[in-house]
Amino acid sequence: MSAPATLTMRDLQSPVEPTWCPGCGDYGILNAVKRAMIQLKLPPHRVIYFSGIGCGSKLPDYVRANGFNSLHGRPVPIAQGFLLAHHDMKVVVVDGDGDSYGIGGNHWLHIMRRNPHITHIVQDNMVYGLTKGQYAPTSMKGYVSTTSPEGTVEYPVNPIAIALAAGATFVARGFSGDPKHLADLIAKGLEHKGYALIDVFQPCVIFNRVNTYDWFRERVYKLEEEPGYDPHDLNKAWEKAHEWGERIPIGLFYVDDETPTLEEQIPALAHKPLYQQEIAPSVEQLEALKEAFV
Amino acid sequence: MVKNSCTIKLGGEAGQGVESSGMGFAKAIARAGLFIFGVQDYMSRIRGGHNWYQVRVGTRPLYSHDTTVHLLLAFDERTVHDHAAELIKGGGVLYDEGLKVDPESLSAVDLIPMPMPLLKIADEVGGNKLMMNTAAVAAAAGICEFDLSYIEQVIRDNFGRRKGSEIAERNVRVAEAAYEEARKRYAPLFDWKLDPIPGAPKRMVINGNQALGLGALAAGCKMVSGYPMTPASTLLEFLAAQARKFGLVVRQTEDEISGILHCIGAAHAGVRAMSCTSGGGFSLMVESLSLAGSTETPVVIVLAQRPGPATGLPTRTGQEDLLFALHAGHGEFPRAVLAPGSVEQCFYHMARAFNIAEKYQMPVILMTDNFLANSIRTVEKEAFDIASVVRSIERGALVLPHEEEKVRAATEGGYRRYEWTETGISLRIPPGHPSAVYSVAGEEHTPEGFIDWEETAQNRNMMMTKRMKKLSVCAEEDMGVYEFYGPEDAETTLLCWGSSYGPVREAVDVLNSHGMRVNMLHFVDIHPLNWDAVGEILDRCHTIVAVEANYSAQFSRWLTMNTGRRPDGKITKYDGRPLNPDFIAVELGKALVRV
Repeated sequence: MSAPATLTMRDLQSPVEPTWCPGCGDYGILNAVKRAMIQLKLPPHRVIYFSGIGCGSKLPDYVRANGFNSLHGRPVPIAQGFLLAHHDMKVVVVDGDGDSYGIGGNHWLHIMRRNPHITHIVQDNMVYGLTKGQYAPTSMKGYVSTTSPEGTVEYPVNPIAIALAAGATFVARGFSGDPKHLADLIAKGLEHKGYALIDVFQPCVIFNRVNTYDWFRERVYKLEEEPGYDPHDLNKAWEKAHEWGERIPIGLFYVDDETPTLEEQIPALAHKPLYQQEIAPSVEQLEALKEAFV
Repeated sequence: MVKNSCTIKLGGEAGQGVESSGMGFAKAIARAGLFIFGVQDYMSRIRGGHNWYQVRVGTRPLYSHDTTVHLLLAFDERTVHDHAAELIKGGGVLYDEGLKVDPESLSAVDLIPMPMPLLKIADEVGGNKLMMNTAAVAAAAGICEFDLSYIEQVIRDNFGRRKGSEIAERNVRVAEAAYEEARKRYAPLFDWKLDPIPGAPKRMVINGNQALGLGALAAGCKMVSGYPMTPASTLLEFLAAQARKFGLVVRQTEDEISGILHCIGAAHAGVRAMSCTSGGGFSLMVESLSLAGSTETPVVIVLAQRPGPATGLPTRTGQEDLLFALHAGHGEFPRAVLAPGSVEQCFYHMARAFNIAEKYQMPVILMTDNFLANSIRTVEKEAFDIASVVRSIERGALVLPHEEEKVRAATEGGYRRYEWTETGISLRIPPGHPSAVYSVAGEEHTPEGFIDWEETAQNRNMMMTKRMKKLSVCAEEDMGVYEFYGPEDAETTLLCWGSSYGPVREAVDVLNSHGMRVNMLHFVDIHPLNWDAVGEILDRCHTIVAVEANYSAQFSRWLTMNTGRRPDGKITKYDGRPLNPDFIAVELGKALVRV
């Protein structure tokens, strides 16, 4: 089961062709995910992608690795269950803004305070693509869509601020128009010992005519290139999380390397992954437990 | 004088220790070699209201409570008011002399008022009024002339462990004082006595949830995830308490959806996983149940029922969710439904649920209810054969990714997770090995596990057939647990499932002792079943009367739907209170008139 000496794009080629529209932002994410695996020399069998439902959630079929295409909004708890049973695997969640910021919001809120070693890539296109153009939790206020013909009256979810408030230990944002930068963020996230959120601006070229590649390109700038920015400073991160308008930051907002992971704190997982442990319990121990009822 | 056959009832407000006193008393009686059945009734509140605990005592195994009370321990006035009518003539009502109870009104209906200075003894001898419960239980023991040493032993076990021996010894002194005083005053007047059986084997006192917990541990369950909900919470708590010793991961999740999904994730990795909940939580799990069906992931869900709809009667009992559990989830997918009826059955069928889940790679729902989950019974230690359950662990077509040689041998010709087979069961290799890298999907998928983008009719037919045919294999090879109890040539058969086992079994004894010829037909296995075989079983019965704790006789409907046989009558109870033998006996008369 040792890792191959080198890993190339070919090794990660899936037999399945993507069904995404030409120009879709998801191609950039797929590309970045593969680059990150190559960068870290992560062979396909060591990685598992859990996805939700939506265009981007088809990704597990398009990269040669293990995958689990689940239900809308539900990959986060499945990934946690899997991780607790097999914690030396690289566990990645790839889902959309509707999945984790909408219908699965409760799961998202709680994974962040638990800090399992899971990398969470959220394809944030600010619109519902696969259901053909309704507004999303991250759509900007006033966004006109088929279900908000007069513009939304809700404020959008701010994933970065929520993640910081909820105790996420790695909070980043990437842009699928810059797969190299995104790959770097994903690789950092995979290496991070704990929960890593990577919110990804992912233009939907069919249904979101506002937040286009050009719209993002004009605005995004990298925190790494911001003089003096230290991602260990929670207050600075909080400030940057609210920057939205002419300039929008991408990159690593915040990282905390001190907090222990969920799995490190569970006694049953101290020695080896749960799935490798002997299934038959000790008959003597169970007989002793029966005595407690006598 | 009647020896070793009586029912003692304790009643009071929530927070007065009714349940803990009742269970302590029950345990002391069981340790004296007698058989007990303990049932509780409580409200969804932490303080106030009215709770009671009832302990039936006998010299043979008991399967149910009954309704006639011999001694009532009233911790408040309401208890006397609410329950005096349940007492037998000559029965006693024990209460603190400070309560406003009119002794003459009790004497007027041939009951014996037994006021006692319980609070005073607690305060003066123990130095703490909270020891009144100890005084009450000890006084009851005195009235029944039950050997006080058994009570003292339970006090030392309970208090010694938690609060140190000093508190225990003060409680023992309170017990001794109350015992002597009550015996002196009332023992000569009271007809029912408790007498230890010398040399009786030591037996367990255990409830359904505890039995399920033991079963899950014996089956090698390693992952438990769920959200607290009455009456399933005590099972989650039991397993959490055992986590360190047995190497379990126990997670309290943010909701029940996450509870079942954690199980799906862990099971996908090759670990035995379960969740437990009640109807409301199970409702939330339903979409995920369908995912488990589609991805052929073995998960076990304990559905501990309580009456609905919505929040219903949160602390009470019922069997209302059978048809829901059978049909829960969108689309058609295989599942098994089991409904044990006794603590022994809880132990064995909990373990069996994991074997069925893994062998057929499908969800298994094990149904209990508040009555079965919380009622305690004495059972022989040998009745829970741990070694045989551990030996019978059967994981089916599973090769774990670290079993290097097995994986290599199994994947020589490549690996397809959902390979077509005659049984519908495909080889399961959890992710982690280079020779078995694959995807799975809740969306209709190909044998490789990829989403079937073409959505071809041919693939759809193949996958549906593959999944659904596991049911007929399962029905033939692993299902069909039922039990007849009572005379074979009975004129009337009481048909029941799940927790009704105890009350119906006891009702059969009562009815036959009164000259009727009645038997019981009880089903643990609900689905999948070989319905031709079930039809033949039903053909052996004359008049069939369904007995269920729900409004619409749901199991009876399930049977009719599958066999065409309509039970001739039904006895239903949906007031949230458990079925009991007397109720069944009385209602049977009415049901037979209608036949």
